[in-house]
Amino acid sequence: MIRMRDLRKDFSVRVPAGRLRREKRLVSAVDGVSLTIEPGEMVGYIGPNGAGKSTTLKMLTGVLSPTSGEVSVFGLTPVPQRTRLALRIGVVFGQRSQLWWDLPLRESFRLLRHVYQVPPAEHEQRLRRCREMLDLDAFLDTPVRQLSLGQRMRGEITAALLHGPKVLFLDEPTIGLDVVSKQAVRSFLAELGATGAVTVVLTTHDLADIERLCDRLVVIDHGRVVHDGTIEALHARYGSRRSLVVDLDSPLPAGFVLPGTSVAGVEADGHRVTFALDETSAAAAVAGLVAVASVRDLSVVEPDIEDVVARLYRAG
Amino acid sequence: MAETGETWAGETWAGGTRAGAIRAYAALVGGKWRSMLSYRASFAAELLSNVGATVLDVTTVFVLFRATATVGGFTLAEAILMTGLTAFGFVLADLTVGNIDDLKRYVRTGQLDTMLTRPLPVLPQLVFTDLPLRKLLRLVFGAAVYGVALAVNDVPWTAGRVLLAAVAPLGAGLFFGAIFVLTASFAFWWVESGEIGNGFTYGGRDFTSYPITVYAHWFRDLFAYALGFGFVSYQPALALLGRADPLGLPAWAGFVAPLVALPAVAVATLAWRTGIRHYRSTGS
Ligand SMILES: Nc1ncnc2c1ncn2[C@@H]1O[C@H](COP(=O)(O)OP(=O)(O)OP(=O)(O)O)[C@@H](O)[C@H]1O
Ligand SMILES: [Mg+2]
Repeated sequence: MIRMRDLRKDFSVRVPAGRLRREKRLVSAVDGVSLTIEPGEMVGYIGPNGAGKSTTLKMLTGVLSPTSGEVSVFGLTPVPQRTRLALRIGVVFGQRSQLWWDLPLRESFRLLRHVYQVPPAEHEQRLRRCREMLDLDAFLDTPVRQLSLGQRMRGEITAALLHGPKVLFLDEPTIGLDVVSKQAVRSFLAELGATGAVTVVLTTHDLADIERLCDRLVVIDHGRVVHDGTIEALHARYGSRRSLVVDLDSPLPAGFVLPGTSVAGVEADGHRVTFALDETSAAAAVAGLVAVASVRDLSVVEPDIEDVVARLYRAG
Repeated sequence: MAETGETWAGETWAGGTRAGAIRAYAALVGGKWRSMLSYRASFAAELLSNVGATVLDVTTVFVLFRATATVGGFTLAEAILMTGLTAFGFVLADLTVGNIDDLKRYVRTGQLDTMLTRPLPVLPQLVFTDLPLRKLLRLVFGAAVYGVALAVNDVPWTAGRVLLAAVAPLGAGLFFGAIFVLTASFAFWWVESGEIGNGFTYGGRDFTSYPITVYAHWFRDLFAYALGFGFVSYQPALALLGRADPLGLPAWAGFVAPLVALPAVAVATLAWRTGIRHYRSTGS
């Protein structure tokens, strides 16, 4: 449904060279991206600042023409077939508003109904769902300029969905939101994705968004895809494992080996030991341990996606 | 959950019909109107100050003409016909596409992105989203000056001249509209284009407010003939008045002069289309 083949976008920028001279330089914002996204997928796009996430989204939505390569969404080429594509996609750019600044939120929705020529009944039905799920009623009659960021973002997402798009593109939908608003947005998107009716492609810097929402994670750096797959696949690839942390009554004997694990850390004079679970289950490791040592307390720690991603960015 | 799925999936894409597009633009204008009503007082003030500005523009011409009985070989009344035609045509353009000048801001801030993701062409979206309704009274004034100028001159009315009198302001409006769009398009290549586009637009208007016989040779050749400003008000006014062109163009030239709007619109459309492909949004 969404297909990118060797997609590139260069920007020519003028950079100061010497006192007065400025010279042209090419910045490869997107540098040969090939991806296919199937209907019903929820894809999370992450990458460090300037990696090319927004630029990719802009090429998918018909805002920017690619420098080279192919891109198609529903078989349409976004820039030349922009207006036809616009009827089938919903777009939320976290940093820009598509709402009417001086009008009540409700008015923006009404105007968008005309812009997208949505039959009134359909429009009404979708708006009702959004009002329930995103709690819009409290500020439907407030002018957009008076809305808080979190309220406005909920309005933006509603605005992007009222015409019943098959794909929703979101560029940093949770940026700047507090924990509660983030959660509201996430659970709304999760529910939307669970219906399978809408494909969701989002960019974010908040990995919790990805963990909560996306089955598929695309990591992009310097305009190239450096990982494409599930979060588990990412962990597997970078060798991040779950670990078992045990508090012991007395330190383990020297030379002790717990099968299928490796010692990842020793603290408190040997009273606390962390085992990385390389090739064994937590249960087997615990069983092996209690057989030889007196365990006071233990916990199993999931691998931290933030760590993995930080390593990925540094490597790039 | 199945019910929810149906809620989201829109199978009926009504979009794309012409009647629908017209309703969409009407809704955009309505949105602008209601936005303005939320600043009622400042809207009224702007409405009035706009009338003031137009009155001042025309008064300037009167004052200048009073100093001399004739301007470039034309009587005051004859010259006023050119001024009136320019004023009327210009306000027609200004009232519709005058705010296209704001494109600079949309391009610089990247706000144009949101227009590009809607199912309507960008130019009419911009025009109708930002219709400068505060300039509404200018239209009345522009039409009045043109009407008075037609009345005070001894126009030898024929069917052809009636038609020309109706078409000439439209031609002038289209021509100025094209200039507005053309100069605004500079912003696609040159974000800091500032007031340069405006200088050209308003300079063009001032040029056509007077008989072109008052200008020096090279300057006149460039603006009147090469850029076409001589066909906006000067030539149609000659045809309406039944006067021969002291600069030697044949009499029929004045009757076909409004057609100058067509190449102007073509050039502006080309510039716009090329420009929008150069749009590069912003990095954040
Ligand atoms: N309009 C533009 N003109 C010039 N350079 C641009 C433009 N837009 C983006 N870039 C450059 O392209 C590169 C990718 O930018 P992009 O906005 O796609 O990054 P991003 O992954 O969205 O980053 P962030 O996480 O900071 O939003 C950056 O180096 C940026 O400076
Ligand atoms: Mg970005």
